[in-house]
Amino acid sequence: MADKNGKSTPDEREPGVLSRDVSVTTRPKEPPTRRAFLTGATSMLGVAAAHVLLAPFLGHAADVQDDPTRVPGALATEYGRRSPFERAKRLARPQRSRTPLQDLHGIITPSALHFERHHNGVPLIDPAKHRLLVHGLVERPLLFTIAELKRFPSTSRLAFVECSGNSGKEWKGPKGKTVQEIYGLTSTSEWTGVRLSTVLAEAGLTPGATWTLAEGSDAATMTRSLPLDRILDEALLCYAQNGEPLRPEQGYPLRLLVPGYEGNACIKWLRRLKLVSSPVMTREETSKYTDLMPDGTARQFTFDMDAKSVITAPSGGQRLKKTGYVEIRGLAWSGRGRVEKVEVSVDGGKNWQTARLQAPILPKCHTRFCLGWWWDGGEAVLQSRCIDETGYRQPTRQELVEVRGTNSYYHYNAIQSWQIDEEGNVSNVQV
Amino acid sequence: MFKRQSGFLLLLFVMLAVGPADVWGASKNDLFHLGHVATPEEIQAWDIDVAPDGEGLPAGSGTVAEGERVYARHCAGCHGATGAEGPSPKLVGGQWTLASAHPVKTVGSYWPYATTLFDYIYRAMPFVAPQSLTPHQVYAVTAWILFQNGLLDKDTVLDRETLPKVRMLHRAGFVPDPRPDVNQLGSIMIDQP
Repeated sequence: MADKNGKSTPDEREPGVLSRDVSVTTRPKEPPTRRAFLTGATSMLGVAAAHVLLAPFLGHAADVQDDPTRVPGALATEYGRRSPFERAKRLARPQRSRTPLQDLHGIITPSALHFERHHNGVPLIDPAKHRLLVHGLVERPLLFTIAELKRFPSTSRLAFVECSGNSGKEWKGPKGKTVQEIYGLTSTSEWTGVRLSTVLAEAGLTPGATWTLAEGSDAATMTRSLPLDRILDEALLCYAQNGEPLRPEQGYPLRLLVPGYEGNACIKWLRRLKLVSSPVMTREETSKYTDLMPDGTARQFTFDMDAKSVITAPSGGQRLKKTGYVEIRGLAWSGRGRVEKVEVSVDGGKNWQTARLQAPILPKCHTRFCLGWWWDGGEAVLQSRCIDETGYRQPTRQELVEVRGTNSYYHYNAIQSWQIDEEGNVSNVQV
Repeated sequence: MFKRQSGFLLLLFVMLAVGPADVWGASKNDLFHLGHVATPEEIQAWDIDVAPDGEGLPAGSGTVAEGERVYARHCAGCHGATGAEGPSPKLVGGQWTLASAHPVKTVGSYWPYATTLFDYIYRAMPFVAPQSLTPHQVYAVTAWILFQNGLLDKDTVLDRETLPKVRMLHRAGFVPDPRPDVNQLGSIMIDQP
């Protein structure tokens, strides 16, 4: 995102889109001359005929205009992209990337900004060659193509997916700086597919089939064992996200979704379901996604994501430039159902106010909350706490650590504190 | 009225004849006839998982001495010369540290099943070339890692019979999920500091 002078450019994947009017640090692409435009245009064939005919009459459509009402705009495109003025991006590390929660509105995470977590890269899979195998304790072991899975009755729902390691470094103290860095491993999408129960019925469960092993087709051949009685009501085999086929990093062409469960259980690039009578005890469900307690025991199969919330603005790394009105905004969610209520404190938890929940308020989804606040320029500590429909209240750090110690790494859901100093700088603290 | 009653009786008869709906909410007749029956060969090609009782373990065997060579060649680059160094996850050591302030979770200190080690190496290791090791090599390197952790005698030959019998240190250390473990309230708490 920086040019050779170290200055910021609009978007490195979209060079030359902006003119010198707004991007003084980049060499603007010269607008094509009319002759060049016509020469280029006349060499285009077929589908581009409309463009050819219109081209001579267009202004510099891709340039930013002082007055856009006086110049014709750009032509229609086949696959849209965001304004070059918008730069929200994931914080990417080789095996994960984090959603820029501080830059988003509402509850849907754009597919291109949905967090990623993979254990040996993102495979590129030809959907025509992909198969789902259902076998083990079934009457008929079956192989499905993606086209066949799409023929089953479809179902769709919104749900968050959160990595259980999200905010996990905070067990050891206020480690992260920004909301993206600390909380960016959670996102909400509309997911479309076929119910797991529908596909399993097709194969026919035999007695004793109480768990299913789900296996991915990535270089980790990721595997998790899942208890059927707990997942059958809601689990989906998804082929679409936010209206279009899954993104590769979300499991294209097929992923499992168990709403409310930790992300790792929602196996991506799904190729196999093996019905078994007890868990297979894979590496991920023994040595990794288990929670070490102070007495040396470890909790296993901790699937549910507890209720959680975080203020996304103002949040770590941001700065309040002026005193006056600030709308405190954030996200709350629970793996056990709907968000019932969110409370916000501006004095480090001494007093709490009920935040406004912004519709839609859906089970196992991010829920947007807002609270108007007048900042007087003094120090403040902002906090939010989520109460879900089961009556569970998001704990303070002290309450959580008292029960679990600080070594469990996963499932950290304590109340987040953002400290605002007199300069307006926001930073991560634990109070 | 008569018609409605007989309709109800007919429905009841059909329900009884078909039997109760299965746990997943669809009756056995409620099928779509999609997909095709997988052949044994198609299943075998992907059915690589290994259960704690050893089911799924392939034929073959390996020794600690052989495993030392496999490890040096394929694993030491990431996991360290003895398995205790890293930088990739530490495989060796850490025994009796789990309840301390600085727990070291390794195969020796934390993993509850020896079969998991075979399953994982066979499917996902080496990181840059997963599924490139033969069952023989995987038995051998599994033996070496267990030996390094003091869980196996130097002369034990690991195979589908002996591997599931290896007793792991933390085998009894895993407990079911007791959550919600904090702040589960009977009713919603309102505006209380």
